Amino acid sequence: MASPKARVARPLSPHLQIYRPMLTMTMSIVHRITGAALYFGTLLVAWWLIAAAAGPNAFAAVQGFADSLIGRLILFGFTWALLHHLLGGVRHLIWDAGYGFGPREREFLTLAGLIASVGLTVLIWILGYLALGGAR
Amino acid sequence: MSERPTLRTPLSRVRHLGPARAGTEHFWRQRLTSVALIPLSIVFIAIVISLIGRNHAATVQILGSAPVAILMLLFVVTGIYHMWLGMQVIIEDYVHHELLKIITLMANTFFCAATGLACVFAVLKLSFGV
Ligand code: HEM
Repeated sequence: MASPKARVARPLSPHLQIYRPMLTMTMSIVHRITGAALYFGTLLVAWWLIAAAAGPNAFAAVQGFADSLIGRLILFGFTWALLHHLLGGVRHLIWDAGYGFGPREREFLTLAGLIASVGLTVLIWILGYLALGGAR
Repeated sequence: MSERPTLRTPLSRVRHLGPARAGTEHFWRQRLTSVALIPLSIVFIAIVISLIGRNHAATVQILGSAPVAILMLLFVVTGIYHMWLGMQVIIEDYVHHELLKIITLMANTFFCAATGLACVFAVLKLSFGV
């Protein structure tokens, strides 16, 4: 495809050892990690739905898990992973559309996604605990 | 990449190659499902919050009601399809041994089909009763 001349004109890849780590590259891999985490997180969604369909005993097991400390930690992580991946996904879509590539914008979008995902996760859990208080 | 002399035209190469033997449809479906998942994920979170602390009977009633069940089905099917596409890309990026790649790609499909069908079955059972 590429002629030998075009090959010469290509930009060189950065030298990895002296490459300054940037937020955008960290968040790029975090998007992948959260995607993979959500992939296995769907097992929890499946367990929850199947248990609800199976009956009160199976459902009590899911509720026991959700009430436990480790269960809550996992669900908290799930919430954050979903929100962070969602906001990262929106950022990817903005980039796909060809916007937000400037040095300021891309850093802003990335940082905003990180801050918003943490903030929204905490907010949702506050809502969740309020709902828990109301329902009991 | 293309050091060896070949009779294939660049067109025939882009038509048939790529690690998954497919082209832009994969990219497009990834974007399509991403856009759909923005509202659907928010809906999913809202449904879960509204179910927190409820007992089994109430949960079944809400999850099985037509609007909630339809939204759950949309979320599950779109999400599973999206993650199936996404995991394929991850595998193609990291698994270079040909046989291992085929095995992991198959495992990805099996996992997504099984998890997705299980979710769909459960929601339908909740809606239609035993
Ligand atoms: C059901 C929840 C979700 C699961 C299980 C999931 C899973 C995944 C996986 C496994 C990947 C591959 C990661 C990679 O290639 O690096 C991925 C990529 C992607 N996801 Fe999701 N995802 C979910 C929700 C969302 C949502 C709500 C959005 C919103 C926009 C989104 C947008 C994207 C985008 C744009 C990519 C491609 C990123 C790229 O090309 O580098 N995802 N997702």
